Amino acid sequence: MENWKRSARAFFTAFTPPTFWLVAFFIVPLSLIWLYSFSAKTGVVDITLDWNLDQYARALEPLYLGIFWKSILMAAATTAICLVVAFPVAIAIVFSKPTMRMWLLLLVILPFWTNLLIRTYALIAVLRTNGFINWGLDWLVTNADRALSLIGLGDNRIVGPFEPLTLLYNNTAVVFGLVYVSLPFMVLPLYAALDRLDRSYLEASLDLGAGHIRTFFSIVVPLALPGIASGIVITFIPAMGSYLTPDLLGGTDSQMIANVIASQFKQANNWPFGAALSFLLMYATFFALAIRAVLMRKEGRGDVK
Amino acid sequence: MSLFKRNPDPMGPLDYSRRLSLRLTVGLTLFFLYAPILGLIVFSFNDSRRNIVWRGFTTDYYVKLFNNDALMLAFGNSLTIALVTTLFSTVLGALTAYVLWRYRFPGKAVYEGGMALPIVIPEICMGVAMMVFFARIGWPSGMIWPFNLSAITIAHIAFSFPFAAIVIRARLESFNPELAECARDLGASEYRVFADVVVPHMKPGLIAGALLAFTLSLDDFVITFFTSGPDTVTFPVKIYSMVRFSVTPEVNAASTVLILLTLVVTAFALRMQNRNNMLGSAAH
Repeated sequence: MENWKRSARAFFTAFTPPTFWLVAFFIVPLSLIWLYSFSAKTGVVDITLDWNLDQYARALEPLYLGIFWKSILMAAATTAICLVVAFPVAIAIVFSKPTMRMWLLLLVILPFWTNLLIRTYALIAVLRTNGFINWGLDWLVTNADRALSLIGLGDNRIVGPFEPLTLLYNNTAVVFGLVYVSLPFMVLPLYAALDRLDRSYLEASLDLGAGHIRTFFSIVVPLALPGIASGIVITFIPAMGSYLTPDLLGGTDSQMIANVIASQFKQANNWPFGAALSFLLMYATFFALAIRAVLMRKEGRGDVK
Repeated sequence: MSLFKRNPDPMGPLDYSRRLSLRLTVGLTLFFLYAPILGLIVFSFNDSRRNIVWRGFTTDYYVKLFNNDALMLAFGNSLTIALVTTLFSTVLGALTAYVLWRYRFPGKAVYEGGMALPIVIPEICMGVAMMVFFARIGWPSGMIWPFNLSAITIAHIAFSFPFAAIVIRARLESFNPELAECARDLGASEYRVFADVVVPHMKPGLIAGALLAFTLSLDDFVITFFTSGPDTVTFPVKIYSMVRFSVTPEVNAASTVLILLTLVVTAFALRMQNRNNMLGSAAH
């Protein structure tokens, strides 16, 4: 790497266009809503900047605090489920043969490249009242009843009649949808962490008489901890800020923070308050990223030893 | 592949991938990931409006799709935006990657952090920021096509080019700076060095970055949703308004088209990336 002063003209020719774009069409818009978050709404379209903290104070009202808390809980539930599901998958991928490993990784990543909206829509078809799951359950119940009628217990005396389950438009549906879209986020860092793991530790542990479960909890988990933490953070962040999943799969009470931000900017037309909520969400994101950075640095130090 | 064939070797203690329980977990996870999407694709060919029971194969919904002017206009908009975004993102991404790879300058860490911001901040925040920005500066709306798409395109470039920069920079890591020094010693100007020595090496990275920018732009919903107006509807935004309405085979068909398009582009990108890595390791 060379000092920029050595060829200042070339440096500025390459430096200016992307910097201009980033500043003009990203930093400026963000700064604008940052300023809005300290403003007051004085009319239908009038907003005056007076550096007050009223919008942030309003965000701390129980209603909005509750929604923040709910977003955190939903994201946490999503992350926990993803972790439990992704760990065995990551283990299976790490310990497969190289060609198989590549295919499995590709299969896990591929849904990632499918449009988020389409994946969420696909879940609606699965979960709705006359969707695939209810259809399958209906079939099961009807046939069980038919089988029972052979021994004289039919006509829905024991099972059925089938009542379709309400699987859509509630909090469970949102968590289900979030798990569905964020699972690859968790598998990849876990895979990376497990791949770096020195297998002789596992062999030693198994040789010395520990079982697979004990080896997992006392050897694999502590050694892969930075990867686990990284997976948790990068699953948690997008889940907490997700807009589409609660919007399409959730009911009236499953609003997450992003939905409230959107409605403040669209229907409610209260830009300053929406801006304050956006920045609170961003600060939460940065906080989570900072945790990840600290943990990654710890891991880096561990390697030097 | 030894999925069904019996492996003659006895199972070692670390052969976790051969354990039935783990195989079952992987299988179920993949089923969970793929069944909804495959169901969606299959039922776009189903000859029934209540698309849950199979009533026979039809391509009617695709014909309807291509005769739906609003949807086709949205599709054209999406492609136009994606193409312009790809062009700008690749150039801006290449310049960013080049600057970060070649130079030391004060505040570089902050600069890199700033470049990563569009990647890490929640989409909703960027969406509303873009919406406020264009409303506030009074960006002209209602221009003639394709200029009415400019606001969306600008926003798409802003979040795509940092991604392209990452991909291109990864490619530059395998470039030997002595080659550039050599060209400079032999009298090549900075521009000639960049165009004739650096860019040819960057090429697979440029292609991979371009394809990434293309899919990102084509797929984006949230940021587009906040920057689009009533006459600047993109394909995902149009699908969204259809989805809100109901689950119909037309939506399935439209989704299938988009999935297919993204898959093709992704397959290209992955091949490029692979070649990228192989060439990279060969150079070392």
